[in-house]
Amino acid sequence: MELVVLLAPAAVLFVVFVLLPICIAAYYGLFNWSGYGTLSDFTGLHNYRLVLDDPVFRESLLHNVIIAGLSLLVQLPISIALALLLNRRMRGGSFLRLAVFTPYVLSEATTAVLWLLLLQPGGFVDEVLKDAGLGSWVHLWLADPSIVLYSLFVVITWKYIGFGIILLLAGLQGIPPELREAAAIDGASAWQTTRRITLPLLGPTIRIWIFLSMIGSLQLFDIVWIMTIGGPANASSTMVTYMIENGFRSLEFGYGSAVAVILFIISFVFALLYQRFALRRDTRGAMTGAVG
Amino acid sequence: MVPISYLVALVIIAITLVPLLFVVLGGFRTSAQINSSPTGLPHPWVWSNYGTILTTASFWQNVENSAVIAILATALAVGLGSMAAFALARYEFRGREGWYILFAIGLLFPANVASLPIYLLLKQINLLDNLLGVALPEAAFSLPFTIIILRPFMRAIPAELQDAAVVDGATRLKFFLRILIPLSRPALMTVSILAFVTSWNAYLLPLLVFTSENHFTLPLGVANFQSTYSQDTASIFAFTALSMLPALAVFVLAQRRIVGGLSGLAGSIKG
Repeated sequence: MELVVLLAPAAVLFVVFVLLPICIAAYYGLFNWSGYGTLSDFTGLHNYRLVLDDPVFRESLLHNVIIAGLSLLVQLPISIALALLLNRRMRGGSFLRLAVFTPYVLSEATTAVLWLLLLQPGGFVDEVLKDAGLGSWVHLWLADPSIVLYSLFVVITWKYIGFGIILLLAGLQGIPPELREAAAIDGASAWQTTRRITLPLLGPTIRIWIFLSMIGSLQLFDIVWIMTIGGPANASSTMVTYMIENGFRSLEFGYGSAVAVILFIISFVFALLYQRFALRRDTRGAMTGAVG
Repeated sequence: MVPISYLVALVIIAITLVPLLFVVLGGFRTSAQINSSPTGLPHPWVWSNYGTILTTASFWQNVENSAVIAILATALAVGLGSMAAFALARYEFRGREGWYILFAIGLLFPANVASLPIYLLLKQINLLDNLLGVALPEAAFSLPFTIIILRPFMRAIPAELQDAAVVDGATRLKFFLRILIPLSRPALMTVSILAFVTSWNAYLLPLLVFTSENHFTLPLGVANFQSTYSQDTASIFAFTALSMLPALAVFVLAQRRIVGGLSGLAGSIKG
């Protein structure tokens, strides 16, 4: 049947490379395995318990949570504020959109190397600070364990804030200006209009932003790995860098698989719950496929 | 209020573009100049850094690998994805919604987390250090958004069009190839660009899969170059600047689609 010809190739590709790996990992996680020979050293749930007991893993989880939290507390308000400010016809508006979106298009790897160069001790950032009279603000951005995570957060913000602004601008454009005009006629101040009308109507877009941001925060790897490899001394490690460091580089594939499964559960459950409770009514058309 | 917007806009553009400009210009200086005066402009303009890299085989090898993989992954994702979307959009069969939901769930699968399990799978089927070993999983992970974007699009095309084609003697497959695909061009372009850029920028999976340097993709190449030649700052600037070019070129050419696609996403979300 032609139906099979149409559907089967995608289905096979999907099952083999998206669904199967995590099932394999769940199985491998039950063994001690260095990648060679057969799986012979069955250890049951030992790996899983080791992961959850490892303070470095817990620290990594904390770092992911910090990044996620900072995204919500810092990136979101700034993105909204900037989107609101820029939501008007301005000369060079399309150039602005292009410029703001550019960091998003670069690979995380390129971004990481770029900022590695900028944040070198005595490098561009330090020079600019000194020239601006802010010499006391200069720090060892990537070598100081107490601030390295936050330096990385700034890099991540630089890369992704343009995306947030563009997304929110698009959402803002969907709000009919008549609503704001009507509110103004009724005597509402700009702040009141924003708070009572604009922001609630922006809700669905904001919820999408939060979703993408949280997922991204949980999966952070490229930028961290290239800039600090999770260091110094695990001060900037994330769950995925932990997985690669302790499950791949160390050739402990059984352990690594266990980490992968745990990470998968965390990410997938979050995504599922968020999709169900926060996004359900927003995306009813798109995700469930009901027509009309 | 208006002047504030312009001021803010200026600041944003500065914060966004100055680092990029700095990298590009840095490639035109010597490492010594960069170290002694980090914020200075090129004077004189040194061409050798860019020149050396543009004539190094390994740089072009990286570009070629990235291109081959990205094209393959995109072709597979969009080709297979559009076929599947068509099946899910215009055929009636038991379990159809189940299949759609299955693909949709793939959207929630964390790709980075899956990289180690995928590595282990590739190990078992002997696809390590192989361009296919990266292209196939990338295509697979691009299937969910491809199908989710294409299916409603294909559904929206009126049934009368399909009926008319059938009356004229065309099979459903012919309708698909000759009429539906050309009509779906905007959506196809959007998903193609998404899939291509996702593949081009990928780092973790190629990192695990490739052991020979001549298989490295561009992101791997940049990171590898940086750690190998960490003292030669000027060359790293040049390499990084050059590696930004493909992404920027695609972006400038396709920006209407990308930004438009996002607007469409935000718009459709509002319902």
